[in-house]
Amino acid sequence: MKSGFFGDFGGAFIPEILHETFQRLTRAYEEARADPEFWNTYLRLMENYSGRPTPLTFAENLSHRYRRKIYIKREDLNQTGAHKANNVMGQGLLMKRMGKRRVIAETGAGQHGMATATMAARMGFDCVIYMGAEDVERQRSNVFWMERLGAQVIPVTSGSRTLKDAVNEALRDWVGSMDDTHYLLGTACGAHPFPEMVSWFQSIIGSEAKAQILAAEGRLPSHVYACVGGGSNAMGIFQGFLDHPEVTLVGVEAGGAGLESGRHAARLASGAGSVGVAQGYKTFFLQNADGQMLDTHSVAAGLDYVGISPILAHLHATGRVRFEAATDREVVNALQELMRAEGLIAALESSHAVAQALKELPTLPEEAVVIINLSGRGDKDIFTIADALDDPGWRRFIRKKAASYPPIEE
Amino acid sequence: MSRSLPLEPFIRQRLALRAARGDAPILLMSHLVLGYPSLDENRRVIDAMAAAQVELMELQIPFSEPIADGPVIAQANQIALDRGFRVAQGLAFAAECAQRHPEVAFLIMTYGNILIAHGVERFIRRAAELGARGLIIPDWPPQEADLPMDLCRQQEGLDWIQLFTPTSTDARLNEIGQWGRGFCYCVARKGVTGSRTDFDGELSRFLARCRRATGVPLAVGFGVRSPEDIRSLTGQAEIAVVGTAALEIHLREGAEAVGRFFESLRPTT
Repeated sequence: MKSGFFGDFGGAFIPEILHETFQRLTRAYEEARADPEFWNTYLRLMENYSGRPTPLTFAENLSHRYRRKIYIKREDLNQTGAHKANNVMGQGLLMKRMGKRRVIAETGAGQHGMATATMAARMGFDCVIYMGAEDVERQRSNVFWMERLGAQVIPVTSGSRTLKDAVNEALRDWVGSMDDTHYLLGTACGAHPFPEMVSWFQSIIGSEAKAQILAAEGRLPSHVYACVGGGSNAMGIFQGFLDHPEVTLVGVEAGGAGLESGRHAARLASGAGSVGVAQGYKTFFLQNADGQMLDTHSVAAGLDYVGISPILAHLHATGRVRFEAATDREVVNALQELMRAEGLIAALESSHAVAQALKELPTLPEEAVVIINLSGRGDKDIFTIADALDDPGWRRFIRKKAASYPPIEE
Repeated sequence: MSRSLPLEPFIRQRLALRAARGDAPILLMSHLVLGYPSLDENRRVIDAMAAAQVELMELQIPFSEPIADGPVIAQANQIALDRGFRVAQGLAFAAECAQRHPEVAFLIMTYGNILIAHGVERFIRRAAELGARGLIIPDWPPQEADLPMDLCRQQEGLDWIQLFTPTSTDARLNEIGQWGRGFCYCVARKGVTGSRTDFDGELSRFLARCRRATGVPLAVGFGVRSPEDIRSLTGQAEIAVVGTAALEIHLREGAEAVGRFFESLRPTT
C-alpha cells in the first residue's frame, strides 16, 4: 500500500530498520487526527501558552505607501518567536497521547531545537537535540538557551557536520529508543507521516488568517505570501486558502546571491531543482547530474535547505502555488523597510515573503488585499541580523565584549 | 567459470564446494566504499580479498545522504565525494572488477537517488551488463520499489536484494521474504538489537525468524570482527558480511593486511 504521496511526491523511502517505527507513528497520528478532542486540546493549549490566535495586523503605513491593503499574520508573536511552536506543541501532545517521555530533534541554526526544548521543559520530557558540530560553533546563543532549558545538545561530528548529519544521528538514536522516544521533525519534509502531520499542526495559521481577513475585509485576500525553506509555515497559511482558486498563493524561496550565481536555495523558482529521493522522501532537490545533493546558500539559515515539502512540490506541479525567489540583498532591504514603516522586526526567513510582496505590490490591481505570513521575529537573531546589516556599532561592541573576557584556555 | 551463474545458484555451489572440502559452510562478503580512500586503493584491497577467496563483494557507490549507514561509512561516503568521485567512474570500476575477478560475485550497493538521477532503467541495465549480480538499495523499501524490482527481474542474473532487520515484525519479514531473490540481507546492527549481554541469543532468534520468512540464503551483517563471530554464524546463515572491521584494518595497516584479515576469519574445521 502506497501512502503519504501527494501526486508524484512524498512517500516513505526509509531504511527497513525504521519501517516499524514509522508505522507506529503513522497509526498514532491517524488516531489523534480522527479524535476531535485532540484538536480541541491543541487549540486550548496554543491559546493559553502561545497567545493564539495571533493577530492579523493591518500594515497601515505600508498600505498607504503601496496603495494596496497589506495584512501581516503575526506568527512572530508565538512562544519562542516563530511558527515552530505550533508544530512542537502539537507533536508534544501527540507524545503524551503515545505515552512517550523522551524527545529527540535535529536542528540546523537552532530555532527548532530551541522550540523543542521549551516544549520538553513545559511538558516534562527528557530532551536531546542533535546539532551539527559546525552549527554548534556558529549558533552559540541558541545552544545556550537549549542547554539552559534543560536539553542535552549533542554536537554531531560525522559527515559534513551540519543539519543532514544531525538528522541521521537522530534517526539512529530513534531506531534504538522508539519505545519511549519520539523524534520531533521540524518541518513539513521527510518520510510520511511527517509532511502531512506537520502541515496539519501548522494549518492553525491558515484557518485563523481566513477567519480574520473575512472579519476585517468581508472577503478573501487576493494574494498570500509565505517564505519556503522546508515549507511548514507556507503550508500552514496556504491551507486556509487552497480551496479558493481566486486566492493567489506565492511561496518565496531563498534567492541567495542571485539565481544566476548558483549560490541560492531556490529549488523551484530557479528551475534548477530536479526530482529525486533523499532523506526519506521524493521531491525537488538541488542536486548534480549524479544525484548528489548540492550545497545551498541563504542569508537566512532556516531557508538554507536542499529539499522542499513534497506537498508544496505537488502544489507547484499542479500550478496552485507560484514560487518566486528573493535575494539576500532584497531581503535585507525588506527587513529594514518593514522595521521602519511598521515597527515590526521580522526574521530574515520571513523577510523573504515581505521582499517578494513589496516587489509585486506596485503591479497588483488597486483593490488587491495581500496577506504576508510573518513566520518569525528577528530580534532574537540579533547576531545574524547585525551581521547581515553589517552594523559597525555592533561589531565594535562584540570586539570590546570579547576583549573583556579572559583568554580561552585550550 | 561461474560468471554467468545467478546469485542463488552461485551461493549454493560455493557452499557445496566448501562442504566437499570439509570447510565450514559459510561464505564471506566484504563491503567497500568506492573512491575511499581512492579507487587505486579499492583495487588493491579487492585484489587482496579475491586472493583470500572472499566470495562476494559489495561495492558502495557514494551518496551525499547515506541515511542507512553508520558514522564510519557515512564519513567515507562524504570524503569520496569531496575528492571528486563520479558515478560513471564507479560503474566503470565495477565493470573492471567483474572482468578481473570472474570468480567473485560483485554487488552494487547505493541509494535510490543514484539510480533515479542516472535513469532507473538505464542504471539497472548497465549494472547487469557490467556483470553485477545484485543491487542493495537500503532506502528503497519493497512497497515503493515495484519498478526497479520488475526491471531487475527482466535482467538475467541481477537480483534486487531484500533487507531484514530485527525491528521488522514476523508479518513484515514474511512480506519482504516473498520478494527475496539471490539472498536476503539481515541487518543486525550493533546497538540496535537491544541488550549486549543477550546479543548472541537475540541474533539467533532473529536469524531463525528470517529463515522462516524466506527460502533464499541469508547474509548477515552485524559487525563481524573475529573467527569466533564467523563460527557462531555458521549454520545460521550462508554469508557473513564484513564491513567496518575491514575498512579499519585497511586504513590502519594497508590493503595486504585486509587479505590476511579475511584469511584469518575462515574457521578452521
